[in-house]
Amino acid sequence: MRRIINYAPRPGVRVILAALPFVLLVGVYFLGSSARLAIDPADKLMPGFASFYASMVRLGTTIDIATKQYLLWWDTWLSLQRLFLGLGISALVGLVLGILVGFVPYLRATFEPFFAAFSLIPPLAVLPILFILFGLGELSKIVLIVFGIAPFITRDVMLRVASLPTEQIIKAQTLGASTWQMITGVILPQVMPRLIDSVRLSLGAAWLFVIAAEAITAEGGLGYRIFLVRRYLAMDVILPYVAWITLLAFLMDYALRKIAAVAYPWDRIKAA
Amino acid sequence: MTQIIFDNVWKEYGAHIVLERINLTLDDHEFLAVIGPSGAGKTTFLRLLLSQEAPTRGRILIDGEPIAPEPTADRGVVFQRYSVFPHRTVLGNVMMGPQWAASPMLGRLFGARRRMVEERAMALLTRVGLAEHAEKYPAQLSGGMQQRLALAQALIMKPKVLLLDEPFGALDPGTRKQMHELVSELWEENAMTIVMVTHDLPEAFLLGTRVIAVERRRNDPQAPERFGATIVSDFEAKCAVARASRRFEAERARLRLSLVPQDSLSDDSLSAGGSSAAALVKD
Repeated sequence: MRRIINYAPRPGVRVILAALPFVLLVGVYFLGSSARLAIDPADKLMPGFASFYASMVRLGTTIDIATKQYLLWWDTWLSLQRLFLGLGISALVGLVLGILVGFVPYLRATFEPFFAAFSLIPPLAVLPILFILFGLGELSKIVLIVFGIAPFITRDVMLRVASLPTEQIIKAQTLGASTWQMITGVILPQVMPRLIDSVRLSLGAAWLFVIAAEAITAEGGLGYRIFLVRRYLAMDVILPYVAWITLLAFLMDYALRKIAAVAYPWDRIKAA
Repeated sequence: MTQIIFDNVWKEYGAHIVLERINLTLDDHEFLAVIGPSGAGKTTFLRLLLSQEAPTRGRILIDGEPIAPEPTADRGVVFQRYSVFPHRTVLGNVMMGPQWAASPMLGRLFGARRRMVEERAMALLTRVGLAEHAEKYPAQLSGGMQQRLALAQALIMKPKVLLLDEPFGALDPGTRKQMHELVSELWEENAMTIVMVTHDLPEAFLLGTRVIAVERRRNDPQAPERFGATIVSDFEAKCAVARASRRFEAERARLRLSLVPQDSLSDDSLSAGGSSAAALVKD
């Protein structure tokens, strides 16, 4: 009898084990739903998979009368637009500020404590301020995402810059590099894989801010739709929407991981 | 010609004195080995030469000029670790210095100028035996190969002084022996000054033409930080006159061989003569 940590599943078993929780979850829902539908065929809390499919087909293929749009695609487009703009601006701001503040000692002494304090402000608490300042339109939603995520990315990039060995920086100087050349030739390429990782980690938070902002005020969007149909207890829309958001988030995470692997092959070699 | 002078140099961190009264004049084409116990300030000595630290008192002169206040291209360095850039290939690492010098904004060259730098870099990589690994990343190389790469990367800038901070400390004995040969050959070929910090006594006397020991001469048990380390012994391991005479003899042997008509020599005797001349230079 070996210790439990010394038993590892074979590759085939691994796939089955990984699929097991998903199958279990769907199975449990299916059993519960069938039991409830047997008692009341019009049950709203746990609708069957057929009504999920019907709602999604309705939202994805018929034009909504009020908005003149295919609602599923329109909601997806609006939410993704907000998410990508917010994440993109956050990544850019985080990269520039993080490298400058992490690399230049005077900037570091000035701004590091400020950023540390700034990143502790709860973004949702300042959402009313954003609505007052930037109105109820797209701008305040994107500013919310940037406000929530940019400080995290900035600090992560800063830590990465600080963790680069001093020897490398000294070596670069003995090879005649200027500050600009060190930033572009030594710091930036080594920070990029970490930036992609920290964007991946921020995906969850970014979705949170998008949905929170949409829940309060919007004309459309995945979060808006969920909160709108909540009034009618429309679980047949809410649950597929949640699954759809999860799938989108997973695909983004997967794409970012693949981009990092292709663009920065040396980073994987080092890790291995 | 490169002459390094330490003029009564002290290094203190607050009340803690690390180095005191360092006086040293190092002539051109010397191989200085600095030895001493751990924590005696060997590395601080090297950092002063690198301008990574500034002396608290005294001054350091290179060719009569005060040393630059920050690391510059006239002093190359190889550290024990982290001397190469993990995000560039072997060839890319060696090409970094010349590209930075030639292209201030992009740090990259294109076309014919790039090919010229590439040729120089490949020649150096061939010299240190890494030519077939040019497209690999440093993480794919062994420890000894990474140090050879760091040497090539520093040498392409043709520094006046090459500083080595325990460069072979993390290598296994066999690799270390090969590195010793490579470094002493490169030192002879490039006719530069090398300052090497090591804690390995045989290594210091094998490579160094001059060996200095850095140690605390005085010690106050109540306040160990009150006295710093200084140069306690200065040993000329291979004196310059002997080296010059050996080079001269080697050159004469080579010339004598070249006077003999080529066709009258068999390959065997030529290679034997060549290797004995090379052996004379090396040892």
